[in-house]
Amino acid sequence: MTHASDTLLIGGRMLSSRLFLGSGKYSSNSLIPPIVNASGAQVITVAVRRVDPEAGQENILTHIPKSCILMPNTSGARNAQEAVRIARLARAAGCGDWIKIEVISDNRYLLPDNQETIEATRILAAEGFTVLPYMSPDLMAAKRMAEAGAAAIMPLGAPIGTNRGFRTKELVRIMIEEISLPVIVDAGIGRPSEACECMEMGAAAVLVNTAVASAADPVAMARAFGQAVAAGRTAFLAGPGAVEETAKASSPLTGFLHE
Amino acid sequence: MTFHDELRRYDGLDFDRFFSQVADADIARIIAKNRLSPMDYLALLSPRAASHLEAIATRAHELTVRHFGRAVVLFTPLYLANFCTNQCVYCGFNTKNELERRKLTVEEVEAEAQEIAKSGLKHILILTGEDRKVTPVSYMVECVQALKKYFTSISIEVYPLTREEYGELAEAGVDGMTMFQEVYDEPAYLELHPKGPKRNYLRRLEAPERAAAAGIRQITTGALLGLHDWRREAFFTGVHTDFLQRTYPDIEVAISPPRMRPHLGGFPPKEIVSDADLVQYILAFRLFMPRAGVTVSTRENAKLRENLLSLGVTKMSAGVCTQVGGRASGQDDPGQFEISDGRSVAEMAEMLYSKGYQPVYKDWQYL
Repeated sequence: MTHASDTLLIGGRMLSSRLFLGSGKYSSNSLIPPIVNASGAQVITVAVRRVDPEAGQENILTHIPKSCILMPNTSGARNAQEAVRIARLARAAGCGDWIKIEVISDNRYLLPDNQETIEATRILAAEGFTVLPYMSPDLMAAKRMAEAGAAAIMPLGAPIGTNRGFRTKELVRIMIEEISLPVIVDAGIGRPSEACECMEMGAAAVLVNTAVASAADPVAMARAFGQAVAAGRTAFLAGPGAVEETAKASSPLTGFLHE
Repeated sequence: MTFHDELRRYDGLDFDRFFSQVADADIARIIAKNRLSPMDYLALLSPRAASHLEAIATRAHELTVRHFGRAVVLFTPLYLANFCTNQCVYCGFNTKNELERRKLTVEEVEAEAQEIAKSGLKHILILTGEDRKVTPVSYMVECVQALKKYFTSISIEVYPLTREEYGELAEAGVDGMTMFQEVYDEPAYLELHPKGPKRNYLRRLEAPERAAAAGIRQITTGALLGLHDWRREAFFTGVHTDFLQRTYPDIEVAISPPRMRPHLGGFPPKEIVSDADLVQYILAFRLFMPRAGVTVSTRENAKLRENLLSLGVTKMSAGVCTQVGGRASGQDDPGQFEISDGRSVAEMAEMLYSKGYQPVYKDWQYL
């Protein structure tokens, strides 16, 4: 596949950028447009709990560029039932049909509850949502989410907001190999080089928020992430050379046989 | 195991001896840790740690930005009534104090709500004095039903309830509760609460557990600083918060570190908690519980509140009025305490933006 024709298809939408962005933690919602613009991201996630259609300029939705696909998330949901209610609220508020399911019942580490997430995925997919579940990287849970109707799988690279990097690499690698849906590494990625590594490995996309929001210059960091994700994807498509355990001698021992 | 059992584990702890053994190297080591133990937290509250405030502040700032971003949730309190059956020696609502006792009708609550809603706020904290007969749970439920039309998050700061009563309020739409233990030291507590139902130390101490078990999702605890040794009270507030998070991992926990303010009784604080002490408490707590909320009320002055922003604060009150029905009626009776930061919501928002922070008016949606 050539880079030019490389697009990501989710829920019937063709995406040329494989960087997804979060919208929380900024010093002002007005930073969102320049960040989206610098990064080239086409999908942006918004916490439904913060959406206030009555808030005028303080309403976060007014700051999301129209060109972006809005992916509301169920942040704050503690079980499947709450996630479903939040998703329905998002749809009623005009946020569209994409939904990132976050079900977290552990507020110390913010680790997702895969079992409840599978249940919410099943209900919302049946209602016609394009469901992207955030999950702890577990192959069997991912398979069940796929069976439940997920449009993509979003395993964490490290706990939310930690900037600790791609700590779940081996588990995500297996998921990429075994799951036919797009695998999007979500949470924990702190540096562009780590996002690049995810993409080199074959992840379909990467979602970042804290890494950009907590940077000294969020716009510049967003640009760096856009470039890193694109570079990683190009490297994946280019097919990196084999990794050798030992050095190959430039003067091979059996070279004389060909002389 | 309840928190009271957990508290008993510290019965023999010699705080002075522990503090005397904390070394500079201990502080440096603790700052670098990912996960602090309760005793690490206590070390950060020590007099020795007071000389390392800048290093602790740097770490606290980093953790706060990482987990909460540059955003601060705004809310405002709404006093429903000031009837009280207690004689807390430090409180303006003390039953012996002569002040006009009022209780809002549901219509008056709605009038107050309309005034507050004009500011754009979606989070509200309703308060009552401690009088079960005048302000029963059924009254609170009626008020919550009226307030739900205007606000997406309703918290309560009322007398300790049973688990069933907390469940009733959660069902009605309450998602947060604040319970100030006031003083964790039991002998000191009994001395400060000579008469009234509030004298029941244990009933108050275990109220947050009952609320969490009943489905209230955000729990805020705290000690009233100035009533007892602040280092011990800060420690037990932190240990309490940690216990609640461990026992009920799906709740969101927070602390509020109020300092004593002048009020109608004129009770002098037992000890003066300085700005530096307050800062040390907030910083130490942020390192101990990086994801927990920290609320700073308008008891603190505007300048200090602005300076506390980058140190770990995640939630602030704005447009505060501690008089019952004071917003809609313009009534000016003495409130529970005097406030120090009388800025409106718009002024607070302007200040936050000027400091590089975003005011968040809505951070939860009643489900």
